Amino acid sequence: MTIALSGEDVARRIGEHLPDAVTEFSETAVFIKVEDVLDIARFLKETPRLEFDYLNSITAVDYTEHFEVVYHLTSITNNHSIVLKTRCYDRENPRVPSVVSLWQGADFQEREVYDLMGIAFDGHPNLKRILLWEGFAGHPLRKDYGSGV
Amino acid sequence: MFKTEPIMINFGPQHPSTHGVFRMRITFDGERILDLEPVFGYLHRGIEKLGESKTYTQIIPYTDRLDYLASMTNNHAYVLAVEKLAEIEVPERAEYLRVIMAELMRIASHLMTVGFMLNEMGAFFTPLLYMWREREKILDLFEMVCGQRLTYNYMRIGGLSQDIPEEFMPALERFIEEMPGFIDEYDQLLAENEILLARTKGVGILPPEQAINCSVSGPVLRASGVQWDLRRADPYSIYDRFDFEIPTCQNGDVYDRYRMRILEMRQSVRIVKQAMDQLPLGEVRTKVSATLRPPKGEVYGHIEGPKGELGFYLVSDGSPNPYRFHIRAPAIINLTMFRDVCVGRLLADAIIILGSIDICMGEVDR
Amino acid sequence: MEIVQRPYNSRELDAVEGAAIEALRNASQEPYPDPIDWLEEDIERSVLVSSIDLVIDWGRRFSVWPVNCGLACCAFEMIGLATSRFDISRFGMELFRASPRQADLMLVAGTLTWKMAPALKRVYDQMPEPKWVVAMGSCAISGGPFRDSYSVVNGVNLILPVDVYIPGCPPRPEALMHGLIMLHQKISKGTFSKKR
Repeated sequence: MTIALSGEDVARRIGEHLPDAVTEFSETAVFIKVEDVLDIARFLKETPRLEFDYLNSITAVDYTEHFEVVYHLTSITNNHSIVLKTRCYDRENPRVPSVVSLWQGADFQEREVYDLMGIAFDGHPNLKRILLWEGFAGHPLRKDYGSGV
Repeated sequence: MFKTEPIMINFGPQHPSTHGVFRMRITFDGERILDLEPVFGYLHRGIEKLGESKTYTQIIPYTDRLDYLASMTNNHAYVLAVEKLAEIEVPERAEYLRVIMAELMRIASHLMTVGFMLNEMGAFFTPLLYMWREREKILDLFEMVCGQRLTYNYMRIGGLSQDIPEEFMPALERFIEEMPGFIDEYDQLLAENEILLARTKGVGILPPEQAINCSVSGPVLRASGVQWDLRRADPYSIYDRFDFEIPTCQNGDVYDRYRMRILEMRQSVRIVKQAMDQLPLGEVRTKVSATLRPPKGEVYGHIEGPKGELGFYLVSDGSPNPYRFHIRAPAIINLTMFRDVCVGRLLADAIIILGSIDICMGEVDR
Repeated sequence: MEIVQRPYNSRELDAVEGAAIEALRNASQEPYPDPIDWLEEDIERSVLVSSIDLVIDWGRRFSVWPVNCGLACCAFEMIGLATSRFDISRFGMELFRASPRQADLMLVAGTLTWKMAPALKRVYDQMPEPKWVVAMGSCAISGGPFRDSYSVVNGVNLILPVDVYIPGCPPRPEALMHGLIMLHQKISKGTFSKKR
């Protein structure tokens, strides 16, 4: 059974490595600051007994006042999982560091988040639209997109 | 004296070998691939945005149309995620029937994968027609149950839409009895075939560390030697009650990915036999309101589909429509390693490698 | 993940493609009229031409070659029709051509999105006359369950003239066969001696 690590546990361990990175935690997820995403991700991947080597999914949610980027990570060696979240308060030009250098599986998923939500990932080698065409106006999954649906 | 330059060929969206509307821009030096750029989005229908304006039950037909070769599995993954979010109990009979449907669907999907992979290798239609014969039998079983051949919409939140008719069990028994014989027939025709061995052994090798790093899942991951199957690692539904093996292969080339699918079909037949023997009587559906309002919160429910880990991420704000509906599609994520595995090989190898990854454009583009 | 020196600029090609898509989208707001005048026609033709008509239309009717245009789920019912259980080969149609230059029927099976529309129009333009289009499935007829989406073409008849519509989601292979027989009836009404 994959054990879902509790937010509190993981927040404490991250706090020992990099204090002030964690903004809050809930029962299932840990919230960290946008600037520290790459450092925390590297810490989670390389520390023994954490070893999150498998990235299940990256996605983003639009909560009108802010965006939330959600990372689901799993460790195949230790069979546990965790949810990592970060909040981005800039609506005009949201930017989040890219984790492609750690998990190559993030490549297409980050491009999809950029395409449909408009969040740019710093450090991504090929950030351009993937599902919609160049010249499409807007980012459809935002809550304030067009009239349409 | 002579100067050669690399050329770019567009392997367009309309092409018989690309499993749907998939496009590649390939840079060649002669016939050797220097670089490959996959381009997709030609079937992007905006299902995630449409989901935000429909109720939880109305989304089930949309999930059918994601991976249209394995619709039962998509339904299963979605209703499991919603039941986890809203904490709904499912009757035992419904759980067993869901497992039977999901495993039959896995057999049908793997038959198609192997058939089309051989189609692309040049065995133009013969293996595909043999495997289609079995697939038609499975589609007849599904039609008996829910009336549809391709997009079933059979599972509901809290169970199934209706119970199985009387003629289903005898037909299923007959099918399960004959199926191992057919799998042996295909294996005999194909496994020692010289052309298949020459074209697939050593082609498209994916080392296990790269597979894990690229978030690959499903038979492609297990063919590289990583023993990770969600039915064993994180059991959902009632898979912990069945006795089955998780096969793995050593090399991670195209031959191993073909082999994986044959081995998995055998294990699926085993699971269906056990589920048929243990099937209890009872209801098949817990009463759930048509406009279900799950409590506020979020859930990530994932299952082992025939193509890999299919996950649904749902965020609920207490209203009848989901606030965010995200689909973790295995096909698009398995494509991450496609470029790295193809560089340096010939064009014909690239087509076979694409067939062995097994993509379905409805899922890649959503 | 180094990028090899490519002989093309990927962003430029994407921009050109995007401009073509937007141009087609803006130009395709009205559907093409359906070519149904053959239903009421009563053409007087000379005896000599009508015998030639009969033979040529008979030949055309029983050797219609479709072009491979399966976009989404309906494609698998189309392939089902081509397999031995439902057998399209008895009509002479089992040869799905890869190249549009050798085909006379375009079976649009599946959802058409605006990104794919210029490519589809290009395949249609490459087919030689006489040619027919069959819209299979509710997505090709009107956008289907995805009609409200931001990227779906609400019906293939916005960009191509359609001869036969086959409803269903997906239509059974028998329904597709019925639609193709209706197309044969249209072809048998004579296309040789008059301009299409």
